[in-house]
Amino acid sequence: MTKTAVAACTTTEAAAVKVRGLVKRYGPIEAVRGIDLDVTPGEVFGFLGPNGAGKSTTIKMLCTLVTPTAGSAQVAGLNVITQRTAVRRHIGLVFQETTLDEYLTAEQNLKFHAAIYGMSRRAIRPRIEAVLDLVGLSDRKDSPVRTFSGGMKRRLEIARGLLHSPRVLFLDEPTIGLDPDSRQVLWRYVDELRRQEDITVFLTTHYMDEAERCDRIAIINHGTIVALGTPAELKAQVGDDRVRIVTGDNPGSAKRIADKLGIEAAPDGDALLVTVPDGEGFVPKLFDVGISVQSVSISRPTLDDVFMAHAGRRIGDEEAAAAPRSQWMRAMSRR
Amino acid sequence: MTTTVSRPELEVAPVTATSGGWLHELRAIGIVWQRDMVRMKADPARMVSTLLQPLLFLFVLGAGLSAAVRGGTGGADFKTFLFPGVLITGILFTAVFSAISIVWDREFGFLREMLVAPISSSSIVIGKCLGGATIATVQSILIIALAGTVHVPYHAGLMFGLLGIVFVTSFTMTAFGLVLAARVKSVQTLMPMVNMLLMPLTFMSGSLYPLGAKAPQWLDIVARYNPISYAVTSARTIVIHNLPADNPTRTLFTGLTWLGWPVPAWLDVIVVAGVGVALLSVACLLFARTE
Repeated sequence: MTKTAVAACTTTEAAAVKVRGLVKRYGPIEAVRGIDLDVTPGEVFGFLGPNGAGKSTTIKMLCTLVTPTAGSAQVAGLNVITQRTAVRRHIGLVFQETTLDEYLTAEQNLKFHAAIYGMSRRAIRPRIEAVLDLVGLSDRKDSPVRTFSGGMKRRLEIARGLLHSPRVLFLDEPTIGLDPDSRQVLWRYVDELRRQEDITVFLTTHYMDEAERCDRIAIINHGTIVALGTPAELKAQVGDDRVRIVTGDNPGSAKRIADKLGIEAAPDGDALLVTVPDGEGFVPKLFDVGISVQSVSISRPTLDDVFMAHAGRRIGDEEAAAAPRSQWMRAMSRR
Repeated sequence: MTTTVSRPELEVAPVTATSGGWLHELRAIGIVWQRDMVRMKADPARMVSTLLQPLLFLFVLGAGLSAAVRGGTGGADFKTFLFPGVLITGILFTAVFSAISIVWDREFGFLREMLVAPISSSSIVIGKCLGGATIATVQSILIIALAGTVHVPYHAGLMFGLLGIVFVTSFTMTAFGLVLAARVKSVQTLMPMVNMLLMPLTFMSGSLYPLGAKAPQWLDIVARYNPISYAVTSARTIVIHNLPADNPTRTLFTGLTWLGWPVPAWLDVIVVAGVGVALLSVACLLFARTE
């Protein structure tokens, strides 16, 4: 995943999103305190942060819905303050809440969008077919949207966000309120989209597994960006891998590891716990030093640990109220 | 989750650079209007149900009042007199309610889809206003079709004249509804508010009884400041002028006067249109500022 981002960085193409010293004040409250950000074309960029950290305000400034107090921002090479209409024409927006006309059919919703975005009339029909196909809704184009499930509505909104071929697609919590199955399906289409369209995706999410799928993520807290990098980089910053080893003779093995490898192995219940930067590379060494290994497990710092380290709380705490079931499921699956 | 769906590469259709400017705005106005038309067609029951009120006014209230005043009107048919008033009153509610659909749009999020588009918010407001005016005008055709039942002749000129007045009035009332919708954000608050405003406007417009010398003086004065009086008076003027010269119903009618000067019907219509344009401008300003 990260290779595309890194490769794209070296090209001379203009940044998809370029933010310099962006500030938004509401009276005495400084919601966003001078952030810098570069998103590379073609990237899927995750924007994370606790509620009230300045996440929504930043997105709104990038989408020209809120005027910045200071600083500058460019989206698709266009200035969000002086070229508002042009920016709007080149971005796609999918909000947390549904913004479809439920009484119109899927196709009527898309036709409406095509007209207000000034698409050329000839391009409309093939493009509607293409985006409906992309999100797997071609067979439902004549159904009124009120007959759609939550997941289908969200997919239609993504199709609509793509309709006018935007350079940057903003997805604000695209999977909030969806059940785990619908979330999976939706992500499958986002991955498909990356393959098929030349587009940059800028998304916010509360779900760790979704953040993992991004090329790079930024964490915003108290209006400043506290972490920025690929998921792997950020996790590496937080700490090392933990290797848990069950052997026939724990004290003996611990001594061997200390003597031969110079690493301290701490007893952990009926096992030994070793903390190393590269867990997978460490395991073969165990065999080299002649330990009778019964089982080995490696656990890495999760993005949740990253979020915890930078935002001072678990990322899941936020959406606990919104989707308790899926959070619980994630908590179960993490162990 | 593995997908091996192989689809042909999407052709990226670039947004045409020519769009923008007033042509793009006109197209946006058109599609906002068209959406109202699509929704009207999808819900014919609503249109029929809003016809109930004018029919009650015309055939129940009208019949009752005709019988009660028969002695004092010198043989005039009160229902004929009532017809233009009922026509205008009927469209007031339709027009204002279709403007209020923008509050539903706000509640269900669709307003946001329109407002984040690369178009002026005024285009949305104007499209909405034309949509409401069209819906109310289409509905009025059903009432106009009943003209013969209350002895209003089916002269082509009269019919088209009435349609024109109805359109202008609907436009003004939709604009009025849009001003309300810009300020009041909840449908629950707005519905009673509309009733509270429209009922007095209706009753103080001379739509249901003659103004002028036959009305109490205060009412005659108040009516002059009510735009709906001008709509009703213009419609009534052309109905009366199309009646035979010896029809006693003519005697019930007096037009509005400004300091004793009788206001001609065309000026009545201009007053209504002027108020409409002013209200629409206010609505555009409010939407540009607050959303």
